[in-house]
Amino acid sequence: MSDELDPRPEDLKQRVWESIQRDELPPRDDRGRMRVVMNNLVLHLHPSKVAKPTLKFTYTWGLGGLALLLVLLLAITGVMLMFVYTPSPETAYQDMLRLQTEVWFGQLIRNLHHWSGNLLVVVAFLHLLRVFFTGGFRTPREFNWILGIILLLLVIGANFTGYLLPWDQLAYWAVTVGSSLLSYIPLIGEGLRSFLLGGPEVGAATLTNFYGLHVAIIPLALMGIVSFHIWRVRKDTLTVPHKLDGTVDGAPDGGQIEKVTTLPHLVSRELVFALVMTGAILLWSLWVNAPLEAAANPDHSPNPAKAAWYFMGLQELLLHFHPVFGAIIIPALGLGALVILPYQHFDLSAEGIWFRSRKGRRMALLAVLAALVAVPLLVLLDEYVLDLPGMLPSLPTIISNGWLPLAALALLLIGYYDMMKRVFKATACETRQSVFVLLVTAFIVLTIIGVAFRGEGMALMLPWEVL
Amino acid sequence: MAEKPVSRRDFLKVAWGAAGALALVEAGGVVLSFFSPRVVEGEFGGIIEAGAVESFPAGSVTPFTQGRFYLVRMPDGGFLALYRKCTHLGCAVPWNPAEGRFVCPCHASTFEMDGQVINAPAPRPLDRFAVTIVDGIVRVDTGLPIQRDHTSASDLVYAEAAS
Repeated sequence: MSDELDPRPEDLKQRVWESIQRDELPPRDDRGRMRVVMNNLVLHLHPSKVAKPTLKFTYTWGLGGLALLLVLLLAITGVMLMFVYTPSPETAYQDMLRLQTEVWFGQLIRNLHHWSGNLLVVVAFLHLLRVFFTGGFRTPREFNWILGIILLLLVIGANFTGYLLPWDQLAYWAVTVGSSLLSYIPLIGEGLRSFLLGGPEVGAATLTNFYGLHVAIIPLALMGIVSFHIWRVRKDTLTVPHKLDGTVDGAPDGGQIEKVTTLPHLVSRELVFALVMTGAILLWSLWVNAPLEAAANPDHSPNPAKAAWYFMGLQELLLHFHPVFGAIIIPALGLGALVILPYQHFDLSAEGIWFRSRKGRRMALLAVLAALVAVPLLVLLDEYVLDLPGMLPSLPTIISNGWLPLAALALLLIGYYDMMKRVFKATACETRQSVFVLLVTAFIVLTIIGVAFRGEGMALMLPWEVL
Repeated sequence: MAEKPVSRRDFLKVAWGAAGALALVEAGGVVLSFFSPRVVEGEFGGIIEAGAVESFPAGSVTPFTQGRFYLVRMPDGGFLALYRKCTHLGCAVPWNPAEGRFVCPCHASTFEMDGQVINAPAPRPLDRFAVTIVDGIVRVDTGLPIQRDHTSASDLVYAEAAS
């Protein structure tokens, strides 16, 4: 009888612990450290070893990790807020007031949720830029780039649906204006809008629709795709940072790229960065309150009525183009360009080098300067001088204020591309980057003009009128 | 040309595929109709009794907050119900009596008393609702906003000469 012969009585405490944590903690050697990462539900989203140069903070800026941290903070604070909020026009605003005055730490939790949500839009966008400028979207990472774009859209969707929930004037009219953009989609736009709003105008049905999207549909989709996104990073590995001369940044004399175990080298860095950022967000939320205006009043639009800040670039476009172009065609072209981007030809020797090459850096800088000068000039020109529909009264405005200016801008862009390519004797890859920088800067400038330089009746304010 | 006999495997593949596709379409239909807009009786969206013809002088604009429309009586006595939603981006357009026009606070679209666009960016005149006048009582059907590319004299509804 073998069990009678077993000389070692099993320690129950030991058995319980080992049934939970199978690997030795702390691990004894690299083999043990890799095993812990592989066998842990959360950690196994990471590879067990990573290339040492990729740990360099100024290569990734920790943006992907920061986005994940914000999603976690949003989930925790969001679930807490669900306990003190009812999505109904009669109660929503009252709940907000009660949250801020009666609920213990209610204002703080709301601030954390509000600022994390807004910061997430910025961080996700910066993450996209980082991946673009270090060439991290090329084979085999094309599909993960697409997943990233879907995540960015989900983040904006989460932000937009959450924007309505306080049910104050800001919320009501930002969502009215924002959802009206949809009705300009040909054929299905009006139907889509009323389906989303649950009626012809923003009302009780809109609030429950948006609540359901905000607390269930979008978070679930986000969680699933985020896991997929991170798992793909593990499968595809990070691009290794390179210096301008093509040598690996952080490897001794371009020799073998050293690999280190994820635990502790990557995990400890992640934890420190997460802790610092959590502290920073906490401090900010202690000092700066999330805005809450007067209760929503469907009878009275505030002046000016602005969309959420991340839509202000679009709203600014809308002031210059026919609505179908400002709200649908131009954004769709931009999004389409982002989607096909990783399938374009890319010079693989530029992978991991910030802005591709020395030439690429100069061309990117020039693109920033060009956009900083050209966009305000074009806005001023359209505001004060050019009145295409007035000059061409016989044409429908969709041509005079849509196709015509778009064609003119497209010609300018093609001219810019051609000129840059010739003058710098640059590759297509470097020139395309320069156009990308030009367009991104233009979008940022438009957003700033919309947020800061549009006053009553959305009239343009010149810098000295703003202050 | 001899027809190829369909094997049992191929037949079952197609049958399963068709049944699966049908189930998906049905489920999609259920979800879509479940989430389709719900109309609440007696609120905005129903027929609203505005009042007697005489209570609206010619050349007046009367706001109906609950019904979300303006009852306009043109100087010639014709009635017109204008949906107050701006045709640009949906803001509530207030009537400016001093200027005698509707001015949208959001993007400065301006409309004439009859809804005609004076100032872009609004792409079309203010939508209107159907007006009926029976026994001297003006009723407005707020169920369906009527979109129009141009204002027209036929938009106006006149009271019977007898009443």
